[in-house]
Amino acid sequence: MRRLCVALGAIALAVSAFAAEIPPSDRRSGYDFMSRETRAMQDDDTANPGMLSVLEGGTLWTRKAGGAGKACADCHGDARTSMKGVAARHPSFDAARGRPVNLEQRINACRVDRQGTPPLAYESRELLALSAYVARQSRGRPIEIAVDARTQPFLDAGRATFHRRQGQLNLSCSQCHDDQWGRSLAGNTIPQAHPTGYPIYRLEWQAVGSLQRRLRNCFVGLRAEAYEYGAPELVDLELFLMWRARGMTFEAPAVRP
Amino acid sequence: MRLAAAVVAAWLTVGVAQAADSIPQSLTGAKGDPARGRTIVTNRHVGLCLLCHSGPFPEERFQGTLAPDLKGAGTRWSEGQLRLRIVDSSRINPATIMPAYHRTEGLVRVAPAWRGKPVLTAEQIEDVVAFLMTLKD
Repeated sequence: MRRLCVALGAIALAVSAFAAEIPPSDRRSGYDFMSRETRAMQDDDTANPGMLSVLEGGTLWTRKAGGAGKACADCHGDARTSMKGVAARHPSFDAARGRPVNLEQRINACRVDRQGTPPLAYESRELLALSAYVARQSRGRPIEIAVDARTQPFLDAGRATFHRRQGQLNLSCSQCHDDQWGRSLAGNTIPQAHPTGYPIYRLEWQAVGSLQRRLRNCFVGLRAEAYEYGAPELVDLELFLMWRARGMTFEAPAVRP
Repeated sequence: MRLAAAVVAAWLTVGVAQAADSIPQSLTGAKGDPARGRTIVTNRHVGLCLLCHSGPFPEERFQGTLAPDLKGAGTRWSEGQLRLRIVDSSRINPATIMPAYHRTEGLVRVAPAWRGKPVLTAEQIEDVVAFLMTLKD
């Protein structure tokens, strides 16, 4: 009897610690939690500050760089067709690295391997511009993350990070974004954490930034040690979040409060 | 002798049962200061309380709705119950989202600036307890 009680208790604990994932029909983009003004800013390309980054990325796309003297366009052609849906499929498995890479890492791999030029720094203006330009080509496309035997362990690692309580405040991502979405954290509505529009223009930053920048913000809020930019743990978390948002519509460059 | 042992055991059991829902003794041995406690509760970088809780603070515009309203906390709970809930709410509910305000062990990846430090000191906890006890319905 006692053993049964302990077992039941353990099950109850496991259930409460791993809250149910949000059912597909209840999933909402962060867009749906924004004010009418902020939504209007995102919807109007002439008002969306992220579009400046997209325009700059379009220029970089055709600019020759590095020892190979090649531009992105020399291999990939017109991004409007060749890059359609690409951002909505990242992170994706990279055979050379033996693990998933995010869009920024994919761009940098191209720079190093094909163009013969040093990688761009995370959150540098140029890398944000190129990723915003590529991401823009997926606007309106569904998020599609392919999971197979190669990617599964990384997806599982990302899921574990999402559910791991961290930092001095001892909270997991899931405790806010699965369980408390829609409620008010100091006056801000907690969204569901679907990365549908990165890189985003964030009003709080007054700048364009990557998903990893946003994730690091949350870790700082938890008073947790933030993973370094490009850390495998962050890429795995990106992979899990994109998989969690599978089927949702990509909307880069999004505007967020 | 055997009787004495039984009495002690019974007393211990009762004591432990009480302690499970309460920390009756002040962490500092002194009473807290309710005015300082109010400042801690409303400070978003110190007490952090209003990130999740709302309360009777008309001057504070943005308050949380993730946790119970602090109004009437001093009626709903005893001083010892409040102290335990602030020190380490997970001792009552392991799945709680409320951070343990006076615990440093059992935490994962705490940022260097906060490592080994509780969210609030023992003195601050006593100030907050003293303030919350003034929140009667």
